[in-house]
Amino acid sequence: MTIVPIIKRDYITKLAEQGKRIDGRSFDQYRNIEIETKVVNKAEGSARVKIGHTQVLVGIKIDLGEPFADSPNMGVLSTTAELIPMASPDFESGPPREDAIELARVVDRGVRESQVVDVEKLVITPGEKVWIVFIDIHILDYDGNLFDAASLGALAALSTATIPAKRFSEQLPEDYPKEDFPLPMSEPPISCTAVKINDFVFFDPCFDEEIIADVRLTVATDNNGDIRAMQKGLSGSFTKEEIQKVIKGALDNGQEIRKQLNQSTGK
Amino acid sequence: MKSDIELISSEGKRLDGRGPHDLRKIKIEAGVLHRADGSCSLEWGGNKVIAAVYGPREAVPRHTQNPLRAIVQARYNMAAFSVEDRKRPGPDRRSVEISKVISEALEKVVLTEQFPRASIDVSIEVLDAEAGTRCAGLTAAGVALVDAGIPMRDIPVACAAGKIGGQVVLDLGKEEDNFGDADLPVAISPRTGEVLLLQMDGHLTVDEFNQAFDLAVKGCHTVSEIQKKAIMQKYQSAAAEVQE
Repeated sequence: MTIVPIIKRDYITKLAEQGKRIDGRSFDQYRNIEIETKVVNKAEGSARVKIGHTQVLVGIKIDLGEPFADSPNMGVLSTTAELIPMASPDFESGPPREDAIELARVVDRGVRESQVVDVEKLVITPGEKVWIVFIDIHILDYDGNLFDAASLGALAALSTATIPAKRFSEQLPEDYPKEDFPLPMSEPPISCTAVKINDFVFFDPCFDEEIIADVRLTVATDNNGDIRAMQKGLSGSFTKEEIQKVIKGALDNGQEIRKQLNQSTGK
Repeated sequence: MKSDIELISSEGKRLDGRGPHDLRKIKIEAGVLHRADGSCSLEWGGNKVIAAVYGPREAVPRHTQNPLRAIVQARYNMAAFSVEDRKRPGPDRRSVEISKVISEALEKVVLTEQFPRASIDVSIEVLDAEAGTRCAGLTAAGVALVDAGIPMRDIPVACAAGKIGGQVVLDLGKEEDNFGDADLPVAISPRTGEVLLLQMDGHLTVDEFNQAFDLAVKGCHTVSEIQKKAIMQKYQSAAAEVQE
């Protein structure tokens, strides 16, 4: 760790002892979230999500293609994330590195395992022709907590996506609908991330908190209050009590975020 | 590529209803990103572009450093979802070339001699594309450089002219670019009129070139005013916040 983060760490932990955070939030409070959908005309679905200063843009493109040999009755989902040099002085151009791949895979798992997209309804001719859904995540401004911003962006973009059946009408079988229709979706789980610095647990870490964090935990919860996915990151450790605290915070914040997501996608 | 569609009517009306000398609608906002030293979001017709500037900072790898002046490294990148058929992420030959000509255009106006061995990095992201993205990108980069406080001789600006259906027109749209006769993107330094970027593809007579070039330069001056307004706007709202 270089000298600046060490100084910041002192400052952040001293504040935390007085029950405060650097931007004045309480420990389990999220920054202001903004969700804007249908921001890119050329994309089949898109969303721009801001959590505080963090800003991501997610675009959905949908193409015709072949299913994987081991799942002939399912459409294909593909997620990529780009940490473009625009978003932070530390991001470089070139092929995606470890961080971008982890981010894309965590978002991908959230979408895939929770079955928010009904992949069986993406089949046109089993074993031959299916819809391929590309989720492309563009990080525009990096001020911490990319996991939550990227998953929320992906969900918002998917919720407003349409299958471009009209554009591909000539390549579709005769009895298949030729008009665009919404991507088949079900109620999505919402992920919430917290980090631990010394013995303090902060939800929705901003950049300064994230770079000095010992350990990170992301918890995705659904509408019924059940847990749908978890991912621990970084080299520190949690106690069981701390994990329970994070789960509770994820449930409370998740409810609020879900309301906002549904509102912005008109559902 | 030839087509039967009439790109411009006998009354001089174009597909999107513009006259031959009309620009598409342009909206510019300066200072849209938190982490970048300077940034700009620009909408130009159906184009949506964001530019961000970092620097001056140490140029890496070190062999790219120039002991006498700074280098300007622009990176033009199209989002996978910005076009009709998904583009594979990452640089291709087209974006590498555009990055190069934009870098060279910007380098001419930046006072690079003030920052030996440094790099000024400009990141241009095309989020939505509809013909004329390099002009939109360069224009956004100009505003982002000002927003970053980079010392410059002038604010660079770009605009294209072209020829459709036998007529010279300003600022080609999507169909006009695909089915038109020629496209001529031009970037200038509006204060001196120096040409910073010039490319052409298609077919023009010398006379038509002169017409198209003058038209493009006129377009640049119009866009330049919008750039300046966006910059003023940012500082006015900042000043208003301070007074509160």
